Amino acid sequence: MNKRIYERPVLRKVVEGIPNKFGSLKRLRPISTIDNVEIDSLIEEYGSPVFVLSEKTIRDTYKNAYRAFSTRYPKVQFAWSYKTNYLDAVCRIFHQEGAWAEVVSGFEYEKAIDNNTPGNKIIFNGPDKSEEDLVKAINNKSIIHIDHFDELYMILGLTDQLKERPQVAIRVNMDTGIIPQWDRFGFNYENGEAWNAINRILSSKKMDFIGLHVHIGTYITISKPYAVAIEKLAALANKTYNRFQKSIGYIDVGGGFASQNTLQGAYMPATDTTPSFDDYAHAITTAMTAANFPNNETPTLILETGRALIDDAGWLAGTVLANKRLADGRRSMVIDAGVNLMFTSFWYDHEIYPVHESSYQSEPTTIYGPLCMNIDIVRKNIDFPMLNKGDHFVIKRVGAYTMTQWMQFITYRPNIVLIDQHEKVHLIRKQEDKEVFRRQELVPDYLQN
Amino acid sequence: MSKLNSLAISDNGFIFKPSTGESFTTNEIGLMIINLLKEGKSADEIISVITEEFDIDAISAGRDLYEYLDFLKREKMLD
Repeated sequence: MNKRIYERPVLRKVVEGIPNKFGSLKRLRPISTIDNVEIDSLIEEYGSPVFVLSEKTIRDTYKNAYRAFSTRYPKVQFAWSYKTNYLDAVCRIFHQEGAWAEVVSGFEYEKAIDNNTPGNKIIFNGPDKSEEDLVKAINNKSIIHIDHFDELYMILGLTDQLKERPQVAIRVNMDTGIIPQWDRFGFNYENGEAWNAINRILSSKKMDFIGLHVHIGTYITISKPYAVAIEKLAALANKTYNRFQKSIGYIDVGGGFASQNTLQGAYMPATDTTPSFDDYAHAITTAMTAANFPNNETPTLILETGRALIDDAGWLAGTVLANKRLADGRRSMVIDAGVNLMFTSFWYDHEIYPVHESSYQSEPTTIYGPLCMNIDIVRKNIDFPMLNKGDHFVIKRVGAYTMTQWMQFITYRPNIVLIDQHEKVHLIRKQEDKEVFRRQELVPDYLQN
Repeated sequence: MSKLNSLAISDNGFIFKPSTGESFTTNEIGLMIINLLKEGKSADEIISVITEEFDIDAISAGRDLYEYLDFLKREKMLD
């Protein structure tokens, strides 16, 4: 005789209160495949947890973003933000699609070179560029976005020793209405520092001043501040032309586009509130077209979008370790992936799904990671089906910053696989093991025995 | 079992507790457990009824049963 499907007994108090305007939560549908590859088979072959990247999603998202801008403005160039995800396979996909590299450290610069990016297609940002990094960048004709006066004078000092003329731009910070105003990077517009830096660069006659860069913040959910930024950069470009008869080759508006991950405390889900690429493109290109650049020239528009291009392509699949009751009777679930792998859990309400239908009942649940650390919380409160120990789950939209900001705390970092466009799975970063750490550590002789 | 007998329980799992005016909902297995408790069945007997009828092993069914009994005690529906 076939037995009936079992479901855990539940008892729920009916609480009267103000009804939620969105009605009751719809049942969480399981997600069992990524690009038609079974999540169970990925876990079986590559272990649990495992990061999964979809090449198809990366390429589709890039094409969508490029279309949104290039159909509205004649000269558009994307530069892949390495810090968002610098796995070589990921960077090479973006480079194949036509993106340059945008790096913020010597380490990332080396990666971009190893990924066969031509030197003149690498934009070097960030406050920490060593003399060695700058020499390399100048010799390779890379574009250096100067962050502060000490860096500017270091480059000036190097010009006497090197044959190549440095290709430079300055990063400008400004008030665009965004709070908090990011003023720690670059030169300020309002207090005249940016103008002073341009004067210093052009009067030295030793560098090629080719562009202006601004990065107004991160996870910007309104597109208007970009338009304000462009207006101010255009004013700076005109001032430069009037004084030095020098036009600006490009305007780099940085990144900061929001992804569809919902920030903690947000009233509405980000899928309903995040502007689309078309929204951003409309605001930015309208401002670029409206701004009067010197000589009626059209500077190239450079975008350093990171998060919005890669977040959707990343997934994290794993396994339930335990179910527990908390002191007040609330349910909690412990899973094998925590804030060590998803630093982003500190600010996002990540979307997590069961891989299989296990129960029609769901219960408010706190989801903890596996770390022996009280702050290892993946979701504080989510209405989640009652999974059992050993069941699989998958977390959506974890492509940005997880694989670069992850921590090696008390355990090894897991495998990362890429599903290519033909639905074939490739291992693109091996999980760590004790040998990885043995190689790095040295034990002094007197502690050997 | 007197406390359980004082509850008004519908066939689809809606429970009304007249002593406090509170309402609860339970699922099919929860309802089955309450009915077996009202019949005076022991925990082991309830586990064997569940494992006979449903696709579940005795250890898991026992774990869930004791958790459910805790819920009933916490809501003062069971002594």
